[in-house]
Amino acid sequence: MTVLGIENVSKSYGDVHSVRDVSLNLGEGERVALLGHNGAGKTTLMRMVLGLTPLTSGKISVLGMPPGSRKARTAIGFLPESVAFHGALTGREQLHHFARLKGVKRSVADDLLERVGLTHAMNRKIRTYSKGMRQRIGLAQALLGQPRLALLDEPTSGLDPISRHEFYDIVDDLSKGGTAVLLSSHALTELESRTDRIAIMSKGHLLANDSLSALREAARLPIQVSVKATPETADDVAAKLGGTRVNGASVSLEVQQEGKVSLLGQITGLGELVKDIDVTPASLEELYRHYSVPKQEGK
Amino acid sequence: MPTIAIARIELLIARRNMWVFTSLILMGLFSSVLTLAGGAPTGTLGIDPLLIATTSITTLSVYLIPLIGLLLSFDAIAGEAERGTLALSLTYPLSRGEILLGKFLAHLIVLGFAVAVGLALTAGLTIWKYGSADLNYLPLLKLFATSLALGAAFLGIGYLISALAKQTGVASGIVIIVWLICVVLYDLGLLGALVADGGGTFTKTIFPWLLVANPADAFRLINMPTDTVSTLATGLGAAGQASGFGPQLASLLLWPILALSLAWAAFRRVEP
Ligand SMILES: Nc1ncnc2c1ncn2[C@@H]1O[C@H](COP(=O)(O)OP(=O)(O)OP(=O)(O)O)[C@@H](O)[C@H]1O
Ligand SMILES: [Mg+2]
Repeated sequence: MTVLGIENVSKSYGDVHSVRDVSLNLGEGERVALLGHNGAGKTTLMRMVLGLTPLTSGKISVLGMPPGSRKARTAIGFLPESVAFHGALTGREQLHHFARLKGVKRSVADDLLERVGLTHAMNRKIRTYSKGMRQRIGLAQALLGQPRLALLDEPTSGLDPISRHEFYDIVDDLSKGGTAVLLSSHALTELESRTDRIAIMSKGHLLANDSLSALREAARLPIQVSVKATPETADDVAAKLGGTRVNGASVSLEVQQEGKVSLLGQITGLGELVKDIDVTPASLEELYRHYSVPKQEGK
Repeated sequence: MPTIAIARIELLIARRNMWVFTSLILMGLFSSVLTLAGGAPTGTLGIDPLLIATTSITTLSVYLIPLIGLLLSFDAIAGEAERGTLALSLTYPLSRGEILLGKFLAHLIVLGFAVAVGLALTAGLTIWKYGSADLNYLPLLKLFATSLALGAAFLGIGYLISALAKQTGVASGIVIIVWLICVVLYDLGLLGALVADGGGTFTKTIFPWLLVANPADAFRLINMPTDTVSTLATGLGAAGQASGFGPQLASLLLWPILALSLAWAAFRRVEP
């Protein structure tokens, strides 16, 4: 069932067109990463889903309800990209407050503090928290009451590598429980195996919206193959395979998916001449660059 | 109950921010000093010492209560909008009316607590000095109730400014100006007009209404005994009392409602 439906949504602030004709759907348990350059319109899109800002045109529904309605808000958990909680409160007091607002038991809030690893600091003033600790409070409040839809705006900013890993574990759990997760991020590498779909925005347009493998296929970015030989044989190998010699002893080649297997066969056919092989598919970084450069600019 | 949750967290913040402490010290200190210093010479003349005390406390409260009210409220909306907590709160299932009401409850409790402690000190010190016989507590209760109304009016005005200004820095500047106008400049202007008019039609017809239209003046009039020297001390003379008790009470009751309604209307238009 569709948890979040976004249909032909646009938003302008005066003559700034922040979001242009975006359509995007999220089903139960789906994890979608929203990518895009600074100012692409990711936060604006989320704010419209939350009912914090009105749409210029188009339609959004959260579980069939209009954005900003009490029922829609009860169903959503939101982590803002930047929020400064009141420094005079302790983490626990702040989270208990949000639990009261959402009608959730305080013991649930305490469990969430444990889940985000803040139990040891929960009775300290938020003023004394590090950036990552504040981010965890934000994450904990977004998880209150098992939301049907989680909107997480740059959730991993400020988190260390291990915490990022733990964060995606939490996202996995949410998704297994049926929560649809829409998260924006600038850290691409961490998204590889952790999301079901990637949506790429640029200058307000939604330029891509598909699973990572489908995007890879459609982009037809070449696979990089690097063959290691010796300084004496490198030129010979390069000539036989049709690649270019790099670093004195290596040969670099580019190949499409369908040519990969035959090329590998060719390489193994060279026998003793080849010392090592490296095969690297297009990285998410390259894929992102491929999709996010608008086609109309002719690049 | 989201309203109660908001009120509760605001009370906690007010306690941590020393707002409770500061307003308590202000009201307690001034009430005690005025009770001890003001009552002595007149007490022997047979006037109720409690009435003397409340009269001088009224004069001071006209300045202090609007100030405390505005200081408690100017950050309420602009500050939260700036920190980003307003946007987050509004993604929870609660309305802006509930947020405003919750903050108002908390701030009114802080203010009421400070006034109550001040007046309790006044009553205690008066009894200690003159004994409890033939004291009339009515002026004290009236002072408490009208202080709440005056405080509520200026809380509402503070929220309105906070919602319109959108930035704490701007809001703090505006509340100081509004405070100056309401408790000082407005009266000075009226006084100037009185002098210029020289007891003509303005003094008799328009002036009493202009005076009572200011909640601070309505508060002063309602708590000042008509025939005391203190009324003259305010510089606005007996003509000010011409409007009578009804309009004074109406001004004190309508201002909080008006200010809070306007604040709510302005808050509804704030995009977090
Ligand atoms: N309240 C506003 N008034 C005017 N313009 C706005 C407003 N909010 C956003 N914008 C504009 O809308 C565009 C999209 O902004 P948005 O915050 O959605 O970007 P983003 O994709 O979240 O960027 P980032 O990765 O930097 O967070 C920007 O050009 C921004 O200047
Ligand atoms: Mg953003």
